[in-house]
Amino acid sequence: MTTQGPNPVSGSFPRSDEEIAARVKAMESILVEKDLIASDAIDYMSSVFENELGPHLGARATARAWVDPEFKLFLLADATAACREIDIGGIQGEEMIVLENTEDVHNVVVCTLCSCYPWPVLGLPPNWYKYPAYRARAVRDPRGVMAEFGFDPGDDIEVKVWDSSAELRYWVLPRRPEGTEGWSEEELAALVTRDSLLGLTDATAPK
Amino acid sequence: MDGIHDLGGRHGFGPILHPDDEPVFHSEWEKTVLVMFPAMAMAGAFNLDEFRHGMEQIPPHDYITARYYEHWIDSMVHYGVERGIFDAEELERRTQYYLDNPDKELPPSSKPEMVETLKGLIASGDDYHRPNDQPAKFATGDRVTVVDGPSLGHTRRPAYVRGRTGTIATLHGSYVYPDTNAMGEGEGSEYVYTVEFSGEELWGEEGANSTVYIDLWEPYLLPA
Repeated sequence: MTTQGPNPVSGSFPRSDEEIAARVKAMESILVEKDLIASDAIDYMSSVFENELGPHLGARATARAWVDPEFKLFLLADATAACREIDIGGIQGEEMIVLENTEDVHNVVVCTLCSCYPWPVLGLPPNWYKYPAYRARAVRDPRGVMAEFGFDPGDDIEVKVWDSSAELRYWVLPRRPEGTEGWSEEELAALVTRDSLLGLTDATAPK
Repeated sequence: MDGIHDLGGRHGFGPILHPDDEPVFHSEWEKTVLVMFPAMAMAGAFNLDEFRHGMEQIPPHDYITARYYEHWIDSMVHYGVERGIFDAEELERRTQYYLDNPDKELPPSSKPEMVETLKGLIASGDDYHRPNDQPAKFATGDRVTVVDGPSLGHTRRPAYVRGRTGTIATLHGSYVYPDTNAMGEGEGSEYVYTVEFSGEELWGEEGANSTVYIDLWEPYLLPA
């Protein structure tokens, strides 16, 4: 049995934001001295996740699938390759699998053991995805969880929950809302939310 | 290990607090912690499975109450000290210094080759496939039971599927095996399957009209 024992540095939870900030500065200062990190690398990578990667990418892929049947087949057969075709892909999405919502099936994505999440199409996960309540409940009470997101898939629908326990990354292709015939990809993408790409809701209905 | 991280199906956590306007980073320090992950991994401080195992060893009360990136910090400190990147006393001394001088910022530093490496990493990620000269033991449609019993090290075999019987949905190929890779016993290579479980098998009547799919490595599975 492996046990970590007491943390080699002192301090108890919950820590204040100031305490954590001080700890991180201390760690960074040592890593900089050892030439293992630099502030420009931190600025670069954090800026990519803050400004470039996010649910708008999953929304773009979804809208393409809604208007282009061939792309949709490609996406469902090999999501990684299909997304590469539209310049989406990379870390924490090296092997993506897309789950199609239909009249009969509604899919939900979770990681019960940690925080696995398809970064290339959704960016970094929100806290609620990583915190205990969602991880504990999504596999056991998916309908109750969806209700908390204001969504009811209907009693007749089979709910499939996907626990991302290995290095495959799952996300959901929501159903195209009715009343969107003739819409452009851009207009359609605006209906696709992060929560719908995780299967917690449907795509937004047109107003 | 059978730790608090293994949360699937646990009761008592209450509602999911999901504000619509959550920022990507809640504090500036979270940006640094995010990038310390690849930085320390490239420095040999840990591999992905060790990093996860480090987080699992956070005492349960702390695990539940800490902010998410504090888990990362704990695992980084754990391995950083163990592997000689951080000196525990020095880290403590500097932490106290920055706590006493909260306005003191680190001077800007530059490492252009690391920026380039990160560009490549973000664009391409990592490859966890490994060759395997043995045939896969199971095929789509086979009934399998998940190995029951405790975990003594790291595993991705959650408690809620142990001893439960399901059906192989997909064979994905052979990958790094977390149970050895996290424990200094080598990357290994084991087939990964998506296994389908009926909600009733996992949760009784409560699970009616739901199905759970989970990815499991071959050594976790027995013929049913």
